[in-house]
This record gives sequence, C-alpha cells and structure tokens, in this order.
Amino acid sequence: MHESPITGNGDVVKARQAVRVLAQEARLSLVDQTKLVTAASELARNTLSYGGGGTMRASIVTRGTSTGVKVVFSDQGPGIPDLDLALTDGWSSGRGMGLGLSGARRLADEFTLDSAPGKGTTVSVLKWAR
Amino acid sequence: MTNVGESDRLVGLLTQGREEFTGKWVRGVTSTLAGRLTAAEVQQDLNELYTALVEALRNGGVATRNEAYGEVRSLLTELSRNRARQGFSPTETAFSVLALKDVLEPALADGADVKAYLQLARVLDDLGLYTIEVHAKTREEIISAQAEQLLELSTPVVKLWDGVVGVPLVGTLDSARTQVVMEKLLQSLLDLNATHAIVDITGVPAVDTQVAQHLLKTVVAARMMGAECVISGIRPQIAQTIVALGIEFGDITTKATLADALRHALDRIEERGPVEIGGLL
Repeated sequence: MHESPITGNGDVVKARQAVRVLAQEARLSLVDQTKLVTAASELARNTLSYGGGGTMRASIVTRGTSTGVKVVFSDQGPGIPDLDLALTDGWSSGRGMGLGLSGARRLADEFTLDSAPGKGTTVSVLKWAR
Repeated sequence: MTNVGESDRLVGLLTQGREEFTGKWVRGVTSTLAGRLTAAEVQQDLNELYTALVEALRNGGVATRNEAYGEVRSLLTELSRNRARQGFSPTETAFSVLALKDVLEPALADGADVKAYLQLARVLDDLGLYTIEVHAKTREEIISAQAEQLLELSTPVVKLWDGVVGVPLVGTLDSARTQVVMEKLLQSLLDLNATHAIVDITGVPAVDTQVAQHLLKTVVAARMMGAECVISGIRPQIAQTIVALGIEFGDITTKATLADALRHALDRIEERGPVEIGGLL
C-alpha cells in the first residue's frame, strides 16, 4: 500500500514513479506498466489541476490467481457535474486535450469514476498482470 | 546584561582548562568523522570556535540570541556550510558542537559546578540546533542549484547534419522544460540555417496527454518557421499507449529510431535537389 499526497507538479512525477515500482513488483509486462503509469499520470494531473490537489493510494491486489495494481485518486474539489460529458473524447473544462479521463479508462482494465458536484471526485484504475 | 554574572564561573573554568578541553574536543570530533577530515583541519575550526564561545559567554552570558554571539554564529555558519558541501550528515555536523558537552561533563558535572554545566549544555544545544538549521538550508540551496543545472543540461540541441538539428529529450517533460526546449530548438533552426528538426523521445519514460500536447506545440512552432519536424524514438510500449489514449499526431512524421528519422530527413533534402534560380542571374 502506497499513499502519497498530490499537491504540486513534483508529486505527479513521484506518483508516476511509485506506480511504476508497484507495476514492476506485480510483474506487469512493459506495455502494461507503461499504460498504467500513463493512466496514473493523467489522473494525478487531473487531481491537481481540477480537484485542487488530493491523495493517491496505490496497492497490489489479487483476485483468484491474478495479480494486479490498483491506483485510487481522490480529491475534495468541486466534483464533476456531468460524468458522461467528462468521459467524452476531446471535451475538456480546462486547456488540455480532453483525452486524460477517457484515455485513462481505455488504458486500464477496470475503471471507476465516482463524483458529484460539491462532493469531490474519486477515480480508480486497475491493471491485471497477464 | 542580566545574566552575565551567572556565566562568570563558566568563563573561568573554560579559560583555565582551555588546553585540556580543546584537545579532547578535537579528538572526539575527529574520531566520528572517520578520517574524512584531518585532525589539523578540525583543530583549526574548533580552536577558533572555542575562543569565540568563551568571548561570547563573557560578554553576552548564556543568551545565545544576544549580539555577543554574532562571531560564534558566523563561525558555525561557515563550518556547517562546509560540512554540508563535503557531504557530512546533519548528525555529524551537529556533533561537532555537541561533543563539547561530553568533554566538559567529567570536569563540571560534580558538586558546585552542576549549574554551570547545565547552563553551558543549554547554550550548546541552541548552537547545535543552529548548526543543523544552516546545514539543512545549505543542502536546499545545493538541491535547487542542481535542479537548475539539470534543466540546462537536459535540453541540448545538436546539429546532426547540414540542415538537420536534433533534440534528444530525457526524463520528464513539464511546462518549464518544454518551454526551454522550444526556445532552444527554434533559435538553433535559425542559427544553423536548418530545414529539418528531429525531436527524439527515447529517454522520455511515459508520454501522457500533457507531454503529447507540448510536443505537438513544439512541432507546430518549428513548422511555422518553415522547418520539417520529425518525432523519433517511439518505442512499442509508447506507441500502444498513445493509441489507447486516443492522441492523434495527424500528419506529423514519427519514426521508431533516431537513425530512421535522420535517413528520412536526408532523403527529403536530397529529393528537393539543388536550388535552381533559372534565368534570373
């Protein structure tokens, strides 16, 4: 279990490194490592830019015989009013490309998004070792 | 000065036992530094410090915030800075001061001198903390200087061929670094009269949407100056990640290796052939 705050640009780099270490530990392939690290990078930056900072919790999970890495980002920011819109390719409320959230969903094996206006946002991604 | 009187006894003892105390002090400190500083170097530092400390106790009592401690503080600042730069740990640095307590303990800790010893212990604790503070500050200065150096180091623009410049990117691309890269690339396009630029991302561990956005902006800016831009160093895992993210590189040429990109640029230069001015001259 790894828990770290996301409050600055340096924390995004640290989050990425922590996820990479766990992904290597869980024996994810190089492609899957890169996918998970990239997804974590997107979500960490979202937490920072749109959620006003938050925390990342990453851990190795097992289900049956499979091993994977689960990364959960949560913030107490303004929340997302329209989840479907937020997950639309190319739509961004900021100045990004609008691919971070939807891209992270495609990069992960399992993806959950839990958010409501005024209640903050919690996003999780999970990648299984093949 | 309210507490000058209290420290008179202390000053007397320290002056009287100077030779013995400094000798033990130097030996104690030298032994913990494991041969990384010679006894002579340590002796010089500590002798000066001892003299300044006795002087400060005489004039300013035990109030270490007093002006009389200015000399002691500046000596400690210098000592602490040097140790931090030489790579000594905060503990080793602070021990240089605190070791004096161990030295004086046998001489002062019995009978009537206990009070003097406790006063001195408090003074030395204060000074020890000050040493650690300076040590930490020095380390921070070193780290921020290194971060700046790294920013400079990690963004070279190299001439690969006549008319072809390359930018090998290494590490994390944030907004500050991308800005530096873009500026350097555009300037060298002009300076080297280059028509082709190759941005190599072999050393970038992960390409997320922010990195991609920065890369695209750099390419667009280079194109506005009339240069063709190729992105090379796209490894298999990066290619798959970019596709899954849904990033479109549009009509920007990308290559797996820097060699491929250079060949591509040279082919393009050859295709165009020598400039024909026709009958104008």
